[in-house]
Amino acid sequence: MSRYRIAVHITPRRGILDPQGRTVADALHTLGFADVRDVHIGRHVVVELDAGDAKEAERSTREMCNRLLANPVTEDFEIAAVEAA
Amino acid sequence: MRFGIVTFPGSNCDYDAYRAVVDGIGEEATFLWHKDHDLQQSDVVILPGGFSYGDYLRPGAIARFSPIMREVVSFAHRGGPVLAICNGFQIACEAGLLPGALLRNESLKFVSELVSLRVESTDTLFSNRYELGQVLRIPIAHGDGRYTADQQTVDRLEGEGRVVFRYIGGPGDADEWWSPNGSMRAIAGIVNDAGNVLGMMPHPERAVDLLLGSSDGLGIFESVLARVTA
Repeated sequence: MSRYRIAVHITPRRGILDPQGRTVADALHTLGFADVRDVHIGRHVVVELDAGDAKEAERSTREMCNRLLANPVTEDFEIAAVEAA
Repeated sequence: MRFGIVTFPGSNCDYDAYRAVVDGIGEEATFLWHKDHDLQQSDVVILPGGFSYGDYLRPGAIARFSPIMREVVSFAHRGGPVLAICNGFQIACEAGLLPGALLRNESLKFVSELVSLRVESTDTLFSNRYELGQVLRIPIAHGDGRYTADQQTVDRLEGEGRVVFRYIGGPGDADEWWSPNGSMRAIAGIVNDAGNVLGMMPHPERAVDLLLGSSDGLGIFESVLARVTA
């Protein structure tokens, strides 16, 4: 068993109204970032766990996302990084 | 008839629900602790409002794993009536008892006010004492009440008469749909496909006596009583 640190990005699903993202996009436009097309605000979750290898750590984290960390109705998730802790 | 009211850490409308049952309709109520495994022979379960588990992760996301929720879900699957109010609605969605999810209000602000709801379906366990189209004055108090589901789900809810309450009273037109929180199609309350679970963001338990500003919420408790004791 080795210890892994896994980072997960959870974002509102495309097409679902994201008022925080919209408000921040408006603020960025006001600041002069006229090229900003869209902003989405989500959560960044870091899980540390023990697993046989990186693949197993990732598989386990994916299941955590499906069952708890992300809401399958409204959110998408992406495993951003798996690294030995 | 006995109402079981679940108390999660962070529930804050459990006593209001208790008073609505005991004083409002003169029935028995008992509190069900989140760590318990026993519904104490309740005929109806209420998932009350509040901020269970501090709304950590997402409102309702942690509460659905409470020991008592296993019993509530199996009670609901057996056809037992479940009234899920505000945070209870969020928990019921997270637990898969109702479709969809409640997201952060479109305004990004907590909204606490008396609103108008239109009764959209009277053929349910929870609304049979109302008239179709009747307008109720019931308070809301939430930051995460924007009902959201995929288009197909919302169409199905509408088609099957499962949208029970809708917000109305937009500026300029009192009869027009209007979402104080950005809910799709101004949905304020829905039932599951079997009709025995009602989820609603407004608080009927806070509208059971004119002293509270409205007694329009009593009809929900009376509807359940009429149907379950029938």
